[in-house]
Amino acid sequence: MEKILLKNLDKPDAHKIENYIQYGGYKAFESALKLKPDNIIQMVKDSGLRGRGGAGFSTGLKWSFIPKDPTIAKYLCCNADEGEPGTFKDRGIIDNDPHLLIEGMAIACYAIGASNAYIYIRGEFAFGANRLDAAIKEAYAKGYLGKNIQGSGFNLNMYVHRGFGAYICGEETALLESIEGYRAQPRKKPPFPALAGLYGKPTVINNVETLSCIPAIIEKGPEWFSKIGPEKSPGPKIYCVSGHVKRPGLYELPMGTTARDLIYNHCGGMLTDKPLKAVIPGGVSAPMLTPKDLDTPLDFDSLAAKGSMLGSGAVVVMDESTCMVKTAYIVNRFFSHESCGKCTPCRDGTPWLTNVLRRIEHGEGKPGDVELLESLCTNIFGRTFCPLGDGAVMALRGALKNFREEFQYHIDHKRCMVSGR
Amino acid sequence: MLSEKAKKEIEAAMQKYPNKRSAVMDALRIAQQDGGGHLEKPDMEEIGRMLDMRLVEVNAAAAFYTMYKINKPIGKYHIQVCRNISCSLLGAEHLIKHMEKALNVKTGETTSDKKFTLSTVECLGSCGTAPMMQINDDFHENLTEQKIDELLRKLE
Ligand SMILES: Cc1cc2nc3c(=O)[nH]c(=O)nc-3n(C[C@H](O)[C@H](O)[C@H](O)COP(=O)(O)O)c2cc1C
Ligand code: FES
Repeated sequence: MEKILLKNLDKPDAHKIENYIQYGGYKAFESALKLKPDNIIQMVKDSGLRGRGGAGFSTGLKWSFIPKDPTIAKYLCCNADEGEPGTFKDRGIIDNDPHLLIEGMAIACYAIGASNAYIYIRGEFAFGANRLDAAIKEAYAKGYLGKNIQGSGFNLNMYVHRGFGAYICGEETALLESIEGYRAQPRKKPPFPALAGLYGKPTVINNVETLSCIPAIIEKGPEWFSKIGPEKSPGPKIYCVSGHVKRPGLYELPMGTTARDLIYNHCGGMLTDKPLKAVIPGGVSAPMLTPKDLDTPLDFDSLAAKGSMLGSGAVVVMDESTCMVKTAYIVNRFFSHESCGKCTPCRDGTPWLTNVLRRIEHGEGKPGDVELLESLCTNIFGRTFCPLGDGAVMALRGALKNFREEFQYHIDHKRCMVSGR
Repeated sequence: MLSEKAKKEIEAAMQKYPNKRSAVMDALRIAQQDGGGHLEKPDMEEIGRMLDMRLVEVNAAAAFYTMYKINKPIGKYHIQVCRNISCSLLGAEHLIKHMEKALNVKTGETTSDKKFTLSTVECLGSCGTAPMMQINDDFHENLTEQKIDELLRKLE
């Protein structure tokens, strides 16, 4: 498959605007400026592009919800918070090909009528944030940002907003609170950001990978895009593979590549001769798959049908040496560390889960602890203000469903079933 | 107190937003850098004055995010080792123990010469090159004990 998202990654200095332009960059934006904004929204709808940040919502549809009234200010926010453990694709684009993102954002802004855009990047990505600042400066100098862009009459300002260590800022309304200078706690929806978002104005929030698909949709057409991968979730997808494989890394492949093909062909198979035990297919919130599910296409609908999700496309591969109790503990500790504290089930429930998991993992589990975990899950799931708590529960339920005997073994024998220690 | 350079940078950050308050995260970051890696009350009071915010509001924003270090001086080199899943699968714990031994501190502590602070962090988005750590702003990936020893030696 022809790469569109990672195409410049192995080209020298693609982050410099002259090189990006030489590699064919900013042509899509120039042609977009000659189209009507509504036509662009229609093209994005027709392409079938679904958001790559986790939820898989139709991008064209999201853009079409923005009111057309030209007297109302509108915003685009790019979600570059990339916090879901296992995920490192947005960083790949930002560090190496920042203009691809800027071009995608510029087209999106033109389509929805936004003249101000923010890139919300997590604070730990200092290198990437500096890259973006430099790239934005270059884009102003070349007349791709600023006033009357390429003589079109369209004005656009773009800014980088740095987060400073909080996973919840990836949730879109928490992200808006954070830009406005408040504690990043999610907002009540409705109203949805499309009507009342940043500073109360209509706002689109899209992931880095989503926006980076836009230039190719304009250049090659929505038809072309919609023919890649499955009909209902088309396009290229960046899979972030980590864990026990020979060649971890970023793989841009047609959406719907199976886990087996990804792991055994593209990534060169398992790291050692230990066989595969489980795969997390879409970031740690996504329930794990076991070897019997390896032929599942990694796309939104196929994974949902298996009770899991594509999420951010982070594929974490675990071999037989992996203790599932420890894995569950690490993942849950993350969620309780990152709970924003707004609602009780998540604020109190996730640390409680972590405590029980810690004692099981440390050989201090009590009879009934597995049942206690299950009942805590029931009391968190579906009762939290935002999906963070649900993510914690889905991950743990996935582990309990497939590896319940390991948890019980830890409790009964006060040691690990896998390592014996 | 904030240096003139820091104040200028904060004023520049304020230009990005339609209101002053939105610049609080940039302001805190700039102040923290200016103050050698942590924040103190006078800095936050000054930020409050610049952005028309009360001290409690500045403090509330700062306290929410893990990278702001309020009244918590850290060493010249802040070493943060990722403890999340992908790094853990490839031996992060082992490396954390190795580091504790090499620096003769426990996680969360600073060496007596104030040179190194050792912490653990959650996933830093570098999972394909696990295990990894961050020293100040820089990422160090595909770590081994040997690589860590070499890195520490260079920071002497
Ligand atoms: C707890 C939580 C964390 C999230 N983290 C991210 C993130 O790091 N990056 C991201 O793009 N979306 C993240 N999302 C999803 C966003 O809320 C939002 O759906 C997405 O940015 C929309 O962009 P898209 O339509 O292009 O996918 C997160 C959601 C939740 C509930
Ligand atoms: S798990 Fe360590 S960088 Fe992602």
